[in-house]
Amino acid sequence: MTAQELAQSLVIAAPELLIAIGAMALLMVGVFVRKESANAIVTSLTVALLVAALGWMVFFAPMGPAFGGAYVHDAFTFFMKMLVLIGSIVALVMSVGFAREEKFDRFEFPILIALSTLGMMLMVSADNLLSLYMALELQSLALYVIAAINRDSARSTEAGLKYFVLGALSSGMMLYGISLIYGFTGHIGFDEIAAAVTGGERSIGVLFGLVFLLTGLAFKISAVPFHMWTPDVYEGAPTPVTAFFAAAPKMAAMAMLVRVVMDAFQPVTADWQQIIVFISIASMVLGAFAAIGQRNIKRLMAYSSIGHMGYALVGLAAGTVAGVQGVMLYMAIYLAMTLGTFAFILAMRRKDEGNVEQISDLAGYASNNPLMAAILTALMFSLAGIPPLAGFWGKWYVFLAAVEAGLWPLAIIGVLSSVVGAYYYLRIVKIMWFDDAEGRFVAPAGELRLVMGASGVFVLAYIVFGGPIAAYAEAAARTFF
Amino acid sequence: MLLTGIAAAFFYMFAFIAVASSVMVVVARNPVHSVLYLILTFFNASALFVLTGAEFLGMILLAVYVGAVAVLFLFVVMMLEVNRVTFRKGIAEYAPIGVLVGVVIAAQLLIVVVGQSLAIEPSGTPALPTPDPAARPNTAALGDILYTDYVYFFQIAGLVLLVAMIGAIVLTLRDPRPHIKRQNIGEQVARDPEKAVELVDVESGKGL
Repeated sequence: MTAQELAQSLVIAAPELLIAIGAMALLMVGVFVRKESANAIVTSLTVALLVAALGWMVFFAPMGPAFGGAYVHDAFTFFMKMLVLIGSIVALVMSVGFAREEKFDRFEFPILIALSTLGMMLMVSADNLLSLYMALELQSLALYVIAAINRDSARSTEAGLKYFVLGALSSGMMLYGISLIYGFTGHIGFDEIAAAVTGGERSIGVLFGLVFLLTGLAFKISAVPFHMWTPDVYEGAPTPVTAFFAAAPKMAAMAMLVRVVMDAFQPVTADWQQIIVFISIASMVLGAFAAIGQRNIKRLMAYSSIGHMGYALVGLAAGTVAGVQGVMLYMAIYLAMTLGTFAFILAMRRKDEGNVEQISDLAGYASNNPLMAAILTALMFSLAGIPPLAGFWGKWYVFLAAVEAGLWPLAIIGVLSSVVGAYYYLRIVKIMWFDDAEGRFVAPAGELRLVMGASGVFVLAYIVFGGPIAAYAEAAARTFF
Repeated sequence: MLLTGIAAAFFYMFAFIAVASSVMVVVARNPVHSVLYLILTFFNASALFVLTGAEFLGMILLAVYVGAVAVLFLFVVMMLEVNRVTFRKGIAEYAPIGVLVGVVIAAQLLIVVVGQSLAIEPSGTPALPTPDPAARPNTAALGDILYTDYVYFFQIAGLVLLVAMIGAIVLTLRDPRPHIKRQNIGEQVARDPEKAVELVDVESGKGL
């Protein structure tokens, strides 16, 4: 690589470079400011850093390949990185009040969020298997630590350990798959792999590698049958961490999955399509049925996220422009709904017992705070996929893509499982509006109200401004074809 | 390609010491001696790498295994003060598994040797043929690309290690640690005789 190529690469990857250097600088800031205020200062600076990276990416960063084909920035990565950054920024903003109340105010927390966000952005941009794996490890390693950050709580430590052990297992399987693909095609670049398997000529070794690779990726998006860690980790980790886990890493892992199958393995669509169809059906069905019995709202959201990943995969299974567009829109809408719901969960505080997590604690909430209850009701209707809210449009795009690709059974199973899933979303609405009040929550902090309000507006008004987003997503989806 | 002449003599010497010292790792009575034999094994393995022309691998083996891993072992063994009797009790129990692993490895080696003597060529052509180590030292070959073509991966690896370091500190460092006494100069300077010295009347025949 010549010096000129390197300079061009650095310009293309400037947002990531900014986060990497900024995170290291913030480590120094955290060491030298007073201990009591370190978390607040470093958190606000990290938010500013991520906003700056987002602004830089939107206004200045040119598109194109960089670092000799290890990295690529195009319309698709632009869209997904925007979602990743929004997810991280909002999760970080929501953590401020919680960190203060629950005394886990360590300044390393925002820095680890920034570094894992960096890993996610590199994951989205990865254009060969080596950079994909390394970015994934950067992201995962930071997430394992974040899950266990409240180390005085046994459940948080358990969540971190469980996530670490299962994550390491999935990384190992993925690496094995990558080695098989490299061994049987002789390449790690996505375009070269696609060229090597053109016309459906692939050896059985490549197929094995593909299966292992998809296994690892399915673990990262917590799709069935690799979802076992999700409820425990979501329940055990501190709530702002859970909000972060449910938002940003899902965007990055889904973007990576889309790029791997649409870019590197597009010539052998039939091979991966059956795998995606299976994990999609399994995730939708399990997400719908397993959530019914849950009493803890964080566990409920874990199963809900498993189900939603299944719906997003319906679009990917189609393997068409409309399908990829559907996945992108579904993830964007899922992000908005999830962040709003977690803002609400963080606001479930009682004066005397602190944060509560049981669904029954919501009883009669509507009589105390009708506006908040109305927003949560809108979010729940949207998660259930009831028109004309945003969640309905997400499902509309993916199911339409599946039907156009001839995957009728998949779309039918999806619609049926979303009917089953509607039960537990509507149950929350029922408990909130029609059960007798048991106690009051304290008034939510300003930033939580802001997030909930923004999320509510997005869900309600998507039908008005959704057109341009869908048009952009379609243009971005065409980069693969 | 078989080694000949002086290289062969050195090969047999290093190989013999490596095998002998690894046997000693298992049978030595004192765990500290076991670790020291392990270090000797690493040195001989490293010498074998150098003999085959993989000088970078040899040096890395020394730096990583002797420099870091073996020293860590030594620390652990010394700190834990492993009981020698219980330490050796497991040998008979684990012997069958050890023998099984040994048989499998021996069978695999046999397959490689037989395969080579029957001259079974690997199918297909290698994507990148290995250059002759004599013409191209592998330290130079690595150095050419590690900081140029692969600088991106090198930097991400650095970030991964940074995250590991931050994580280890976040999850283990407790502050303030009660058992550590820190010097507070202001407190020391502000002491006066009234607070620092206590005068006690001690009755004769009794202690304090």
